[in-house]
Amino acid sequence: MTSARASSATSPRSPLDFPSALRESGVVALVTFGLAFALVGFRAEDVPGGLDIRFRFDEVMAVTAVGFIGRFAWILLRQGRAFPVAVTALPFGAAMVAALLGPLYAPAAKLERFVVFGDLVVNWLLAIFALGFGGRAAWLIWHEASSITPEAREERMDRIGAAIQQASRYVGPLLLGLALALPFMPFADRRLLDIAILVLTYVMLGWGLNIVVGLAGLLDLGYVAFYAVGAYSYALLALHFDLGFWTCLPFAGIMAAFAGILLGFPVLRLRGDYLAIVTLGFGEMVRIILLNWYKFTKGPDGLSGIPRPTFFGLPMTANPPEGTQSFHQFFGLEYSSVDRIIFLYFLILALAMITNLFTLRIRKLPVGRAWEALREDEIACRSLGINPRNTKLTAFAIGAMFGGFGGAFFATRQGFISPESFTFIESAIILSIVVLGGMGSQIGVVFAAILLIGLPEFFRELQQYRMLAFGAAMVTIMVWRPRGLLAHREPTIRLEDARLKSASADSGGQPP
Amino acid sequence: MSVPATRAASAENALLSVEHLSIRFGGLVAVDDVSFTATDRQITAIIGPNGAGKTTVFNCLTGFYKPTMGRLALRHPSKGEFLLERMEGFHIAQTAGVARTFQNIRLFPAMSVLENLIVAQHNMLMRASGYTVLGLFGSKVYREAEKEAVDLALYWLDRIGLTNRADDAAGNLAYGAQRRLEIARAMCTRPVMLCLDEPAAGLNPRESGELTRLLMAIRDEERIGVLLIEHHMDVVMGISDHVVVLDYGKKISDGSPQAVRDDPAVIRAYLGEEEDEDLPPEVARDIGEERS
Repeated sequence: MTSARASSATSPRSPLDFPSALRESGVVALVTFGLAFALVGFRAEDVPGGLDIRFRFDEVMAVTAVGFIGRFAWILLRQGRAFPVAVTALPFGAAMVAALLGPLYAPAAKLERFVVFGDLVVNWLLAIFALGFGGRAAWLIWHEASSITPEAREERMDRIGAAIQQASRYVGPLLLGLALALPFMPFADRRLLDIAILVLTYVMLGWGLNIVVGLAGLLDLGYVAFYAVGAYSYALLALHFDLGFWTCLPFAGIMAAFAGILLGFPVLRLRGDYLAIVTLGFGEMVRIILLNWYKFTKGPDGLSGIPRPTFFGLPMTANPPEGTQSFHQFFGLEYSSVDRIIFLYFLILALAMITNLFTLRIRKLPVGRAWEALREDEIACRSLGINPRNTKLTAFAIGAMFGGFGGAFFATRQGFISPESFTFIESAIILSIVVLGGMGSQIGVVFAAILLIGLPEFFRELQQYRMLAFGAAMVTIMVWRPRGLLAHREPTIRLEDARLKSASADSGGQPP
Repeated sequence: MSVPATRAASAENALLSVEHLSIRFGGLVAVDDVSFTATDRQITAIIGPNGAGKTTVFNCLTGFYKPTMGRLALRHPSKGEFLLERMEGFHIAQTAGVARTFQNIRLFPAMSVLENLIVAQHNMLMRASGYTVLGLFGSKVYREAEKEAVDLALYWLDRIGLTNRADDAAGNLAYGAQRRLEIARAMCTRPVMLCLDEPAAGLNPRESGELTRLLMAIRDEERIGVLLIEHHMDVVMGISDHVVVLDYGKKISDGSPQAVRDDPAVIRAYLGEEEDEDLPPEVARDIGEERS
């Protein structure tokens, strides 16, 4: 196999080593069979009188065949023989799509017979797979040059990343404009707005965590703890003291920042993996305290009846209490339940933008530069007289504060919170958004949140397969862009800015 | 914070006086009762074979290790005397004004060259930014402090000849340039004493020539004390005003470069014991190179 690969590298038209290609495909088919036998082969079915296990021989064989053919196509592609792959895979994929869509549009055509599997989603995956192979083959034929090295690709992607980063001063406002206009678009229904609110919540959390992980380089696996502290702070303050959202919001942030400092102190000496484990433990501790401190937090029952935010004191309800006005009455509008969603949307948009502007600003301040220096080399920081303790604690506190704001928003949006909302998977998702977006990249977080939260949420019909796609997306990005989608760091000060700063005011001349 | 000295420094005019410094790691005595002084506007070199304890002395001076015994007194020209052995690591750089570089370069590789020099002025900028609060709102005090910091950074960029690389990531610089940048970064902390740990290691002859000129310029123009660990004898002999020789953690010689070069104890440490005299000179030199 290796010899075939080596020769193909030198001349793509060398004769195909059929036996070894078949052998390799056979091995893959065998492995696929072994996996599919257990995973696909047995299906528990409801029968009268209990569950029965049915063996699905056809599907196991189909999966094995797909493994064999897929591997063979891959070998062909690797050896520069894109043409046969393109002519088989493209029509097959197209036929699959036609067969899947056929019953919807042309029931008479009886296209169902081309459908390979019983499960709709698996069929779609197969179709996409085939089209992907075909498309790749076509692309190779089109470009002829299949010999692009990984380094060259990495470099090209870096250039693209840098270009997007450069363009972010235009892309950013453009995205913001789109975000502002979104609720007024004709296609913006309640579902889309709900998804947008969710995405923006994660964007905000991603930006908050970006301070801790992206800037200060402190790997935090327990970020959801601060989210929980913020949510519970708001909920408890609002329920016990009858305070409004706007009064409680700063408190929720302060409480979360305090929790951040609380976490920060014991982990000051830890770095890397050890830090990650302790933060993970902290996240779980907070969740378990919330779960078990029944008198205070109502434990697993959760807190309900959390007040909704008001628009400058005007509630967004259909029937306000006696003597008060609600939003639609004040502005003389027809009551619409979407108004509240739009209000929530703008609220989280504003909170997220505050997080973003704060981060962009603080990056250029001494403390932000010290965070980045700390990420780069803690020992060098100490040798320059930077206090690593205070620098780390501020990073934890400020990152946690934004998590707390996000939590307060979550509580007011849901109206109900329970410890179940603050499990480790939330921390993992937020961290994935930061890492996949490219550590320290603000706009990368937006793209990653849309990719990881928005798309799976949009394709909720696909049920558990969306988590499969989530995993696949993560693996793909990590293979394709190990440092994240947009991992390009823009210096906080450039020489021209420095010269401008230096020239402004009275030119002080050279320092001693 | 800073610890004022209880008694006057023993040596007159000494910027730094190290008295009876000992460091033990378990049973290993890394530095054993070493005393020396370093004066400002002078380059003091610490030399010795590998494992002699030179870097350990540096790590004590800059707060990375706590000495087992001894007294490290630094006389800051404007702030009075500091006892370095009682100060926490980063305070030594922050308050006492001791800056250092590292044997294996420790820049902030992903940050730009200019940023590296501005980060070094963290404490001054932090105070001016009102511990971030005023800075967030762009106060005038902070803007002026930032301008001052940028001026100093540009000045040092020019001095080390890296102005045209200012926006590049520090990690992408050539090795020699990284060495120069690390020295400039240390200078940006406005130190009274600069500690350089093998600044010429890995430099080619042209680069090490540039380095010696830079160090002499720092000594003469910035009027600070320079403490230097170095293996390149031509660099040491060329620029040092005062040489301290360590071997197996003990000080074996102390004096002007010429005096140290002729000291039999130093020759013994570098070239071996008396019985080596029977060997042909080139063999003796080879053994010496192996040890050093």
